[in-house]
Amino acid sequence: MSVTSASPSHDRPHWLALDRLGVLITLILLSSFLLPFALFRANRILLGDGLPLLASMQPVAASVLLLALAFGVGAALLRLPALIKLAAGFGVLTILFIAMGLSAETLMPADNNYARVSPAAGFWVLVFGLALLVTDALTRLRLGPWTRIGILLGVCGAFWALLWSGLWNELSILKEYANRAPAFWNEARTHLLLAFGSVAIAAIVGIPLGILCYRVRPVRAALLNILNIVQTIPSIALFGLLIAPLAWVAANVPGAKASGISGIGVAPAVVALFAYSLLPIVSNTVVGLLGVSAPAVDAARGMGMTWLQRLVQVELPLAFPVILTGIRIVLVQNIGLTTIAALIGGGGFGVFVFQGIGQTAMDLVLLGAVPTVVLAFAAAVVLDAFVELTSRGGRRA
Amino acid sequence: MKPGLLLRVFALALLIVLLVAPQAFRDFFALFVRPTQPPIYTQGNLLDITLSHLMIVAIAIGLSTMVAVSLAILVTRPFGAEFLPLSRAIANVGQTFPPVAVLALAVPMLGFGTAPTLVALFLYGLLPIFENTLTGLTTLPEDVMEASRGVGMTGWQRLTQVELPLALPIILAGIRLSTVIALATATIGSTVAARTLGEVIIAGLTTGNTAFVLQGGLIVGVLAVLIYDSLSALEKWLARRTGRLTRADA
Amino acid sequence: MIEIDSIVKTYEGVPVVDAVSMTIQPHTICAVVGTSGSGKTTLLRMINRLVTPTSGTIRIDGEDIRGIRPYELRRRIGYAIQGHGLFPHWTVAQNIGAVPRLLKWSKADISARINELLELFQLDPSQYRDRFPSELSGGQQQRVGVARALAARPNILLMDEPFGALDPVIRAKAQEDLVAIQQRFGTTVVLVTHDMEEAIYLGHNIAVMDAGKLLQFAPPKQVIGRPATPFVQELIGTSERPFRLLSLSKIADHLEDGDADGDPLPATATLRDAYSELLWSGRSAAPVEKDGRLVGRVSLDALARLAARPQ
Repeated sequence: MSVTSASPSHDRPHWLALDRLGVLITLILLSSFLLPFALFRANRILLGDGLPLLASMQPVAASVLLLALAFGVGAALLRLPALIKLAAGFGVLTILFIAMGLSAETLMPADNNYARVSPAAGFWVLVFGLALLVTDALTRLRLGPWTRIGILLGVCGAFWALLWSGLWNELSILKEYANRAPAFWNEARTHLLLAFGSVAIAAIVGIPLGILCYRVRPVRAALLNILNIVQTIPSIALFGLLIAPLAWVAANVPGAKASGISGIGVAPAVVALFAYSLLPIVSNTVVGLLGVSAPAVDAARGMGMTWLQRLVQVELPLAFPVILTGIRIVLVQNIGLTTIAALIGGGGFGVFVFQGIGQTAMDLVLLGAVPTVVLAFAAAVVLDAFVELTSRGGRRA
Repeated sequence: MKPGLLLRVFALALLIVLLVAPQAFRDFFALFVRPTQPPIYTQGNLLDITLSHLMIVAIAIGLSTMVAVSLAILVTRPFGAEFLPLSRAIANVGQTFPPVAVLALAVPMLGFGTAPTLVALFLYGLLPIFENTLTGLTTLPEDVMEASRGVGMTGWQRLTQVELPLALPIILAGIRLSTVIALATATIGSTVAARTLGEVIIAGLTTGNTAFVLQGGLIVGVLAVLIYDSLSALEKWLARRTGRLTRADA
Repeated sequence: MIEIDSIVKTYEGVPVVDAVSMTIQPHTICAVVGTSGSGKTTLLRMINRLVTPTSGTIRIDGEDIRGIRPYELRRRIGYAIQGHGLFPHWTVAQNIGAVPRLLKWSKADISARINELLELFQLDPSQYRDRFPSELSGGQQQRVGVARALAARPNILLMDEPFGALDPVIRAKAQEDLVAIQQRFGTTVVLVTHDMEEAIYLGHNIAVMDAGKLLQFAPPKQVIGRPATPFVQELIGTSERPFRLLSLSKIADHLEDGDADGDPLPATATLRDAYSELLWSGRSAAPVEKDGRLVGRVSLDALARLAARPQ
């Protein structure tokens, strides 16, 4: 409040005026020219040579990219409508990504499968600067949930088209992919299964637990404290601490081993991810139920609803957005944590990350890290949109 | 709080013995290994590794705190207000990045060793602290802010005497969150050759020595819980002092 | 003396305070009354420059306030608001000492002043100095809020709905305290309220505002008897007018000679209280006592005359 009351009113919203954020974005974009645009290496684990933008591609491609960047700087600097800035940001990003593919095609020597071309710091700085432009425009537009999902789908579609067209095939990360495409999809399936599966189990167990905590006060403090402690234990430690007990179960409980339980692998991963997921889901269920307006509950009681009717017809629907927020937190968190499951043989994208670290092959690290980030980000966007959609119907009714 | 205190003292004692005299647990850990395997980790001094682990976390979070709090102060002043919505969005988006991915992505730029771990912890640590500081500074009770202007405080006096002290519990909650994440991510940092407790666990995993995994896991786990617990206690004490409830657990 | 000279405040072209001019005499209480959105609070906040006027000038004792740095101006003017705005992380003593500390008074002076004010507001210093605001009742918080506003002995005290959050019994006590303190220190008080009854009870002058305009600025008697516009009349309440008029004077000022039956009334009570008591006890007159002595009487006939519209 102190900010809004003190902020000066802009009396001249003229589009010619300089945008302060635009100045920052321009500086970021310009600074990229001090850094190499592309990295050329004779093979995948050697250190490479950084090449400046102009040396990275054909003159025609370079001049188109420079022109596009100049256009982007213009859009950033002027106080233009957010929609124009958004379009400019996406447009320049598209050209930048295409240019990166062209650069790899230009730089790769013919008939050499060992050489690698990858994006270098300059490219990433450009991406960052343009992403700022896009994020700022999106923030200012205050888009509705469906529009946001639509934009996400559009961006995913554009990337799919880029990959499908083969423009990026000469880039190092896709070379790594080409060498292990079946393994990639295999690990992708495992990753999704671990992340989504553990959240699903946690939701099935956690929401009833949350309802129990809401209704029985003594349980609330005790359970939330225990879950808090679990949440605090670093993931790899928790994965590790589960090895011994699960190995014991596998060895001593009849049938356990046959159903896939063992000290390492998927079992401790699922158990640990499940344990991490419980706290946000349980505590958000409690908070959501506690936040249901007292008059609404009172009215429900006054018209003679039983506690189950109240719960199902009034309290849970009103608390749903908060519960969904808990699931959003958990899903994003678990998509990241699943990476670590690779260390105990659980599989997932982490396999590439840690293999890559082991072989000092950074492209392989990227092959594991980039899909994880994309997945987490997409899950966050979609679930945020759902939270907004449900809270619209529920809270304002 | 008697049993709680007892539990804390016990956890601390367990941690100290695990670090200083690990041989005391030789018989216990021997239960988890084949006769040919060593039950106690001796490839490095556990206390040294723990101190190195804590040092990395402390340096990273210290820097994160300084930078994140300063940035949050900047964007909540009138001249920085233009950046407020964007910085909020960045903090939101940034937190969807898995900490491990941040660590993995830091390696190509900085190579192996402590540096990428420090940078990853620092970068990731910024977000919760920044977000909480923003929350703290933008949800101050309006009548108090009005009064602080009304009694004739300058902008600097308002910031240092009213806004920051009142936001402190919430800022601290952010620091606590960042610290817990950093403790965990630092553990993974041993895969990129940072000297942290992860090396005990990883050594156990790669040689199939469950006792090592257990030792490392216990030390890291107890350490994290104790640190989390002390920071929570500090926060509660401060919140009570400032008459403001924490929104730490939200 | 506060001179407000054709002051205007517009937000995005919409006037919130529209060409208001008035002069508030020193050592008086001026009550600014209006509905929410009338611009009364904005007007008040322009006096200590919490809001910058779009045009017009405000002078305090002849000095244009634009020539004074905002924070220095505010340290010279007491300011008490609804919900008290106490700093929750500071003790009662630290809160009261806020402005003196900003003015760099000596520690001993500040401490003495804190004790003096706490005693003035009937809060035992030994008991309350080191408490935090959250450990006080609503009425106590409000008193500490006013004590803080008075700490640096300002000549001017601005109050924005200071009693708005209090329940009726505590509010009446707080209003009495304010009157006593104002008389004792001779402070010039500008008080914003939406409660006409409070304005009539406290104000030497009442400023009625609506939609940013000053409709009437006059003593209570004149506002009640000669409302400038239908809106002012509505604010006073047509059926309440005679009683409001009676509430302005004390029995002591309208004593009749003679005696009457029944329990005596205190001379310090208002005529309204007397009227109410007579109607309730079914008497046509009652004796009046002052300091334990009977000093005269008050009658329904006389009250009825006094309640009629002043000519």
